[in-house]
Amino acid sequence: MSLILDHVSHWYSRDTAYEVKALDDVELTIGDGEFIGLIGHTGSGKSTLIQHLNGLLKADEGNIYYNGQDIYDKDFDLRELRTQVGMVFQYPEHQLFEETVFKDVCFGPKNQGLPEREMTLRAYEALKNVGLPEKCFEISPFALSGGQKRRAAIAGVLAMKPAVLILDEPTAGLDPRGRDEILDLIEEMHRHYGNTVILVSHSMEDVAKYVDRIIVMDGGRVRFDDAPREVFRHYRELEEIGLAAPQVTYFLHELSRRGIPVDTDATTVEEARDAILNYFGRAGRR
Amino acid sequence: MKIVEAKNVVYEYIKRDEEGNVESIEKALDHMNLVVEPGQVIAILGQNGSGKSTFAKHLNALLLPSEGSVLIDGLNVEEERKLNAIRQRAGMVFQNPDNQIIAAVVQEDVGFGPENIGIPADEIWKRVEKSLRSVGMWKYRTHSPNKLSGGQKQRVAIAGVMAMEPKCVILDEATAMLDPNGRREVKDAIMDLNRRKGVTIIWITHFMEEVIDADYIYVMDAGKVVMEGTPHAIFSRVDELQEHRLDVPQITLLAHELKQAGMPLPDGILTIEELADALRK
Repeated sequence: MSLILDHVSHWYSRDTAYEVKALDDVELTIGDGEFIGLIGHTGSGKSTLIQHLNGLLKADEGNIYYNGQDIYDKDFDLRELRTQVGMVFQYPEHQLFEETVFKDVCFGPKNQGLPEREMTLRAYEALKNVGLPEKCFEISPFALSGGQKRRAAIAGVLAMKPAVLILDEPTAGLDPRGRDEILDLIEEMHRHYGNTVILVSHSMEDVAKYVDRIIVMDGGRVRFDDAPREVFRHYRELEEIGLAAPQVTYFLHELSRRGIPVDTDATTVEEARDAILNYFGRAGRR
Repeated sequence: MKIVEAKNVVYEYIKRDEEGNVESIEKALDHMNLVVEPGQVIAILGQNGSGKSTFAKHLNALLLPSEGSVLIDGLNVEEERKLNAIRQRAGMVFQNPDNQIIAAVVQEDVGFGPENIGIPADEIWKRVEKSLRSVGMWKYRTHSPNKLSGGQKQRVAIAGVMAMEPKCVILDEATAMLDPNGRREVKDAIMDLNRRKGVTIIWITHFMEEVIDADYIYVMDAGKVVMEGTPHAIFSRVDELQEHRLDVPQITLLAHELKQAGMPLPDGILTIEELADALRK
């Protein structure tokens, strides 16, 4: 699997007084099995970008290639692309609609035209993967708790076995427990199936903890695209575009400003702890 | 006089089957006690289902206690005649910005509350201006609310509550649906109200970094207060907070981990400065 964006630009209300260039000459290559964090403040173009990846929005300029095929080609099957690039929107539980949880999860595979047996198996597997207990399968999705509803909605996308899973703020509005459960679940799935995951998030702490690569959007352009520790080195520039680094990054820079030369690249609590212990351990032995 | 005084509050949800027979009784609040002094900033933490929102709804008589009592500025919420007086004293801001704005123009939305309690028109306009200015939304007064960002909508909702001139504002996860910038806008607007007007704030949230400036924190679980104290005291008990499935600010967690690894650090470190100072010694 590979997704290549080649000089992609997109305008809203083009050629009117309200014209906005939402994507500005974006070049990206998304490879197989990557776990990517997509960050940017509101209006930076992240949502516009992800909607291009499964053809919900069409680029005004530039091309997008899925496995080497131009998705704007006349013969390209966009329907197939949408089952391959699965999208979990914000507050996906608002899209639950069926009579039972199980039927709701079957909706995607059914539209893929899968045989009954395969569809049932997939729905079952997806529901198991998101950790919903079997007693929930045959009840109305509206009888579930908030966190359970979200998991049911995610299962509906997983059941299509997408090669790329895009999640737009999957933890918005959840409490810390619900947030950890959802993110751990995504990570577990990623490890087990090796699918590509793109996580859109506002939480730098979450992004630092889970992803291998961060793409930072600003004003419709890709501003940074690198490993978390590389991206968060630019914490001052991130602040200028309305973002921030994880708290521990600020702390390590503060220490180094105060003349304690710790390794300032840590982005998680564990890495920061080790960096500090490492420094003081060495200092202690001196 | 205390602004909020909740004594042994019990609230029961009764679940009924299709024939109307009682299936089960669940206690959403289980002998809850809480006292707030005027002018304080109080935070209530707790995971989903811990009873925070149920409790918040008792503070302006949206729900009434099954047992125990709730007094707002000395008024018992169960006295129906006092309902208007209670709701003027305790204003509420809810989670979803789109569910609490009703008018087509920002300034009309803010004026809706005072209009309903029969405030004269020129006084309404004065209040609208004052409240919109205090949340930094005056220049949007003639805009349509649906073109605003989430943080801006919540600030309009706060202005709408302010126009009622309440003594106490309750924010029930009012920042849960906002991005980091929106959260900061709302928090700044609220802290400013507290500082300049002495309005009591009851702040219900999941975001720990929002509560480190509170005067006092209550942690709820299963309908009860399970921990209470100043932010320093609460965040000294990292293991206990994690048992209640709550977050700890990253710096507090880092200090806790370093301490467990044998470094001599005090408990309850909340800010980058505090930890840097402590490590220096």
